[in-house]
Amino acid sequence: MTNNLRFKTSRFIDETYRVSFKFNNKIYFGFKGDTLASALLANGIHLVGRSFKYHRPRGIMTSGSEEPNAIIQLHDNSSRTEPNVRATEVEIYEGLVASSQNCWPSVNFDIGGINNLLSPILPAGFYYKTFMWPVSFWEKYEYFIRKSAGLGKSPKVADPDIYEHNYIHCDVLVIGAGISGIMAAKMAAKNGLKTLLVDEKSYLGGSSIYDNSEFSKINNQTTSSWLEKEINEISKLENLEIKTRTSVAAFHGYNFLLARENLTDHLPINQRENKVRQRLLKIRAKKVITATGSIERPLIFDNNDRPGILLSSAIKKYIDLYGVACGENNVLFTNNDTAYETAVSLIQRGIKINAIIDNREQIDSKISYEVEKNNIKIYKGYTIVDTYGYRRINKISIMKLSKDGQTVIGEKTKLNCDCLGVSGGWTPAVHLFTQSGGKLKFREEDQVFIPDVYPSDQISIGSCNGDFGLEEIIKNTLSSIKKFLDIDNSEYKTIEIISGLNQSKRNIWLLPSDKSIGKTKSFVDYQNDATSKDIKLALREGFRSIEHVKRYTTTGMGTDQGKLGNMHALGIISETAGTKMGEHGTTTFRPPYTPLTFGTIVGRNVGEFFDIFRRTPIHDWHVANNAKFENVGQWKRAWYYPKNNENMHQAVQRESKAARDSAGILDASTLGKIDIQGTDASEFLNRVYTNAWSKLAVGKCRYGLMLNEDGMVYDDGVTTRLGENHYIMTTTTGGAANVLGKLEDYLQTEWPELDVYLSSVTDHYATISVCGPNSKKIVSKVIPDLDLSDEKFTHMSFKNAKIDNIKCRVMRISFTGEHSYEINIQANYGKSVWEKCMEAGKDFNITPYGTETMHLLRAEKGFIIVGQDTDATMTPIDLQMDWIVSKKKYDFIGKRSLYRSDTIRENRKQLVGLLTENPDEVLEEGAQIVADIKKTPIEMLGHVTSSYYSPNLKK
Amino acid sequence: MFLINCPFCGEREQSEFKAGGEAHIVRPKQPTELSDDEWAEYLFMRKNIKGIQFERWNHVHGCRKWFNMVRDTSNDQIKAVYKMGEKPPVK
Ligand SMILES: [Zn+2]
Repeated sequence: MTNNLRFKTSRFIDETYRVSFKFNNKIYFGFKGDTLASALLANGIHLVGRSFKYHRPRGIMTSGSEEPNAIIQLHDNSSRTEPNVRATEVEIYEGLVASSQNCWPSVNFDIGGINNLLSPILPAGFYYKTFMWPVSFWEKYEYFIRKSAGLGKSPKVADPDIYEHNYIHCDVLVIGAGISGIMAAKMAAKNGLKTLLVDEKSYLGGSSIYDNSEFSKINNQTTSSWLEKEINEISKLENLEIKTRTSVAAFHGYNFLLARENLTDHLPINQRENKVRQRLLKIRAKKVITATGSIERPLIFDNNDRPGILLSSAIKKYIDLYGVACGENNVLFTNNDTAYETAVSLIQRGIKINAIIDNREQIDSKISYEVEKNNIKIYKGYTIVDTYGYRRINKISIMKLSKDGQTVIGEKTKLNCDCLGVSGGWTPAVHLFTQSGGKLKFREEDQVFIPDVYPSDQISIGSCNGDFGLEEIIKNTLSSIKKFLDIDNSEYKTIEIISGLNQSKRNIWLLPSDKSIGKTKSFVDYQNDATSKDIKLALREGFRSIEHVKRYTTTGMGTDQGKLGNMHALGIISETAGTKMGEHGTTTFRPPYTPLTFGTIVGRNVGEFFDIFRRTPIHDWHVANNAKFENVGQWKRAWYYPKNNENMHQAVQRESKAARDSAGILDASTLGKIDIQGTDASEFLNRVYTNAWSKLAVGKCRYGLMLNEDGMVYDDGVTTRLGENHYIMTTTTGGAANVLGKLEDYLQTEWPELDVYLSSVTDHYATISVCGPNSKKIVSKVIPDLDLSDEKFTHMSFKNAKIDNIKCRVMRISFTGEHSYEINIQANYGKSVWEKCMEAGKDFNITPYGTETMHLLRAEKGFIIVGQDTDATMTPIDLQMDWIVSKKKYDFIGKRSLYRSDTIRENRKQLVGLLTENPDEVLEEGAQIVADIKKTPIEMLGHVTSSYYSPNLKK
Repeated sequence: MFLINCPFCGEREQSEFKAGGEAHIVRPKQPTELSDDEWAEYLFMRKNIKGIQFERWNHVHGCRKWFNMVRDTSNDQIKAVYKMGEKPPVK
């Protein structure tokens, strides 16, 4: 049977280049130029998958990105494995491996198919209704659902491919290289505009490029040969860039668009090495021309989902472009003239058409007469009421439609077929237009939504604008592009069009059946198994909004976003609810138009570039000395330095003991540092800190607490007065950027009269803190010229000094409660000064300690860490820190909020110290403190913010 | 993504900017003299307009300057940008 499915054809298939590939573990052959779908069809394979809910056998239904059924797993079990790929878009190459998904153990025998028999008890909302109770069973249900539903497998190892992002700026972007897109691109480029033309397919020309029919001709040539010349011409234009295999995923405001360019997916794996696989194009276009075409509508009738049922335009494309017959005994089912084009293509090659079933009573077009002339039986005013065949359609039954189209009458006739082409007319592909914010209007005559109000400098042309006839498309494209681009020369002289089609249509959203609706299974959303019955049930249960019906029935919620069936869902809703179609609007189309790989989205931001991190100038020393690191904001901070297989607890105990007993050294370079200068600097600090600053003498340091305007603690740190009008403020490591932003905000917007200038100098200085009883001895060895006597260098003061003639600042400040010095020196000297300190401290067992020990040391002294002991609900009073809140100052940020009714409430949570009865027991951070464990609901008193075991305090 | 015309730098991508909420809310000069309700009005109450809205933006990954913007929130069209302290343009 498979011998005579392939016909001599166009230039698109290279019949001298045979390609072998594997599908479901069996080897098949196709030709270069085939898609996986066309190659499978050429091998007589229709059944490629199982449906999501009922596991019904499903076949290839379309020939493009709208495919709902033929979604497959590409590259089985390899690092490249990719689920949910549309077989209709995969170009085959030597060695391709693919398999069906959503079926087990195999596509031909699938255990989940039992759901199909159970379907009377699996109605819309089934999952919502059933699995809500009892709550404790939810985990088990979820496991069951995932296992039996599973849309493919994700890879288990890192993606080996390379991805990147590119920016493109152009005058005109043309989306879609069908006939109208080609014409628009030519007009734009020839008029001197920098133009980009993209199309998701591997070839240009859309469906017109394989239209060789006598019934649509341009200037007395077939559409395909006329268009071929046009394509030849534009490919030579200098300011036109053409990108094929490029799918626009998102159309945002301001004509900003995202597109995915596929570069290597069509190549054999061994030719992909070191090449970029996919590119995310970030396009800024001054003007956008959308020419995305239209998607053929299926028809909604009982059992309309069997393998072997395809869109009629897909059958035409498979035979005209790929030379593949989808069946040997075809029936076409239509409500418009489109199916007759398919018939003509089949007749040309002598492929049998058993009958055409047409909803219309009257058919009056040249192309239909031509088909009738070929002795093909046309059942006018008929509909299909049922189909037969499990793994492939083998029969249909038809009946006459009543006058109003609501019921069927007369005798039932059965017809044999192995392939059924359906056409319910066309739906303009307005997805990108609506994504951009465009408003649609409903056209009653042929029941389509078309673009109405454009939100940016853009236009839709061709069939995505609702122009379906060849003459209409060409005429309207010429006139609207001339106007849109404001050009005089259209580049086209006279264009003569001959078209044998007319646009008459008999639209019936849900075709009637001789069975009651409860007994039918007419699919509206193939991928999610939503039927017309489900939609009617949703309406009966009271759902009215299209968005609600969509979620309840899952219509349009598959990976194809319901490109085929959404319109029918709307139609059935309005027919059932007795409302007008236009009133419901459509559901929202969201980006991406077709799914994107994660690789494309992240581009080169993988591995060490995923989230860049900051290293201190002393980082290499920490690495060389076996430090474990912790992420603090973007910084890598030394966490602890384990020695001889110590675990963290042991290392921290050793480090903290050394710091208390003799000397410890900490890399504090990550603390945020803001240089503040100006004649109003003191006044500025008065306003941003809770405590007073005017009287701080030059050379002195002071701890400050900063609030938000709502009175909650925001940040803290020590600020040093370097000169009369010069301060350096330190902030928490994580808060540095936000604090600077907040200060700038107040300075620029609330207090522009203040003479104050802020600069971030965090990266300019390395900060080394030496603490412990022996710290003075160590620092005096490193900086011998500096008088460290307690009288000359008091606590909370600062001195300028020099180390090997390099200027540095030394502060006597302490976060650990120990005697300590903080040396700030130009960053690139940081490591050598650190090493000097280590050398000088050798005799004193100077011990480097990390953030964990730092936290423990400060907790021993009861110092807080903003962000750990506080969250955005803590006032300084809640922290028992009223000592730092100035009573005298008239105003500072957050002051007024400290006596709002809520902040003076008696029962606010307070920061308190806790000791465990057993000193060896260490509470877990985050643990809840409860009043009575037996009482339900359990009353929460608070939670543990910081918890340590102190070797110094032995508790 | 918007293109924003920073009054100091010119046209740049939205990703360089940070939105800062409603514009022209002046911090009270004498907060201590305000009742709880008056202070709450300043602190918490913000308009959420569908249509023309005056808002603050910061060129955070650029010149770090704050400025004001008039934006139609229904279609994201930016009607005007102007410096802090300048009067808003009349509609
Ligand atoms: Zn700027």
